[in-house]
Amino acid sequence: MTDVADLLERQSIVELPARARCQALLDSAGQRELLGPFERLRSPWLPKQDIVTQADDGVVIMRGTLGGQAVVMAAVEPAFQGGSMGEVGGAKIAGALACALADAENGTPVVPILLLETGGVRLQEANCGLAAIAEIHDLIVALRAYVPVIGVVTGPVGCFGGMSIAAGLCSELIVTREARLGLNGPQVIEQEAGVDEFDSRDRPMIWSLLGGEQRVTTGLAEHRVADDIAALRRLLGERVKADVQTPARLAATERFENLLAAIDPAAKATGESTREQFAATGATS
Amino acid sequence: MNQPMDSASPYGADWIKALTDNAARWADTPASLYVADTTLAKQAGTFIAVVPDPDSRYPRARAGEVGLVEGWGLAHVLCDIVAADAQTSSKRAIVAVVDVPSQAYGRTEEAYGIHQALAAAAQGYIRARRAGHPVVTLIAGKAMSGGFLAHGYQANRIVSLSGTDVQVHAMGKHAAARITQRSVEGVEQLARQITPMAYDIDSYERLGLLHARLDVAPEAAGDSAAVARVRDALAEAAADIGGGVDLGSRIGRGERTATARVRERMAAEWPG
Repeated sequence: MTDVADLLERQSIVELPARARCQALLDSAGQRELLGPFERLRSPWLPKQDIVTQADDGVVIMRGTLGGQAVVMAAVEPAFQGGSMGEVGGAKIAGALACALADAENGTPVVPILLLETGGVRLQEANCGLAAIAEIHDLIVALRAYVPVIGVVTGPVGCFGGMSIAAGLCSELIVTREARLGLNGPQVIEQEAGVDEFDSRDRPMIWSLLGGEQRVTTGLAEHRVADDIAALRRLLGERVKADVQTPARLAATERFENLLAAIDPAAKATGESTREQFAATGATS
Repeated sequence: MNQPMDSASPYGADWIKALTDNAARWADTPASLYVADTTLAKQAGTFIAVVPDPDSRYPRARAGEVGLVEGWGLAHVLCDIVAADAQTSSKRAIVAVVDVPSQAYGRTEEAYGIHQALAAAAQGYIRARRAGHPVVTLIAGKAMSGGFLAHGYQANRIVSLSGTDVQVHAMGKHAAARITQRSVEGVEQLARQITPMAYDIDSYERLGLLHARLDVAPEAAGDSAAVARVRDALAEAAADIGGGVDLGSRIGRGERTATARVRERMAAEWPG
């Protein structure tokens, strides 16, 4: 049953912009934003297309501690250009991860936490975004040898494109029910494959397949959390101290191959049929 | 409704056959993965291409797209390579021959986590590179979007052929037009003016991401002189790696000047 008083006291994550999310999640003392908006690191490509830039290019990097553990948080701003990854924003994340890797190699681990509200590559900077995302992938895998790399998808945008691959590379993924996680955005699939294949207006279908609930049930994400800053902060405080490990969803190659042999690709996948197939083949258990 | 599906492209299969001199394919890999061992400058090497499989059980991945089967298959192959060379200090070279029109777009693909399949493939290349395998990519046709992220973009060095069929991009023109709320003509117009929005390989080269662009067309896989040139260039690229395991050689070149500046300033601000 819903406790109304509890609901009223909750601070939603989904409703907060990227910087406020970082400020609310990190320990209040010792927060430090790197390459913040006053440095005016703007996209060099958007003005040439008459698109308004943002002084942080839609990415916030903040160092600090969480429950006393040194962390660096990288948050994509959902409200700027669909949370898309341009050259500057992508380089901010890759640059922060490269610094965290150097620290880890020198014995001073900093745990990266990625708040992934992103549609993937910013198409107005297409190949620069793609290149930055490849660099982010590399650094996440390299960092995982030293520290847990934690991905968080809460909504409202969800996590798509090359950044969904980044999510798939994280040690642990935390999602809300409102989150969506998938490679191709619904509109892109509809455009490329037709509305019979994927109806981008069918929201119940989309959440039943790509939603946070489904992704946790099928083992493609590890933790479900309420849209509540305090709850996410508690969970992160625990997970930043977790052991270094390769998650089952990245280690289970042969079980996924068995899953692919078992399913009928021509049958229209539903949330239920997908859950049954994952359970039957134990692909991520 | 839609533009016709990209027709299956033969360049990946043509070039891997030519470069490996028709060496035997690995058995037990999916039909859409062409894997063969050969030497590169007298060193052991394994070449990998994603090729069309018109009979694939997965209808959205029959034209050379990287789908669920290809993603997990690449992960499997790369894991086997790293394991086989784990005890030796001379790690074999890995060459990714790339002609991928895209990742697979489909409902089944999303439902069963194609993003995770592509993550596993990318991780395979990353782990191989960071274990000390020289990894070189040959762009022999299209290197598109998620398909390229899973197969090719994690190489230490990227070498490309030239010509109109050699393209790198994040999304096909029709879908890019829809998502950015432009016309297809508008997308093409911007692609001519904005370097990272272009599809052609010459523009891509200007971003500083290529180690070398060869003046060889993708249609030239039957020309033994052209094949020899490509083989030499791949060997040179592998030798150029010189033990490096990261992607640092891509930073600080070409028109990605903002990338270099942001990376420098981040490193300066990081310690506080």
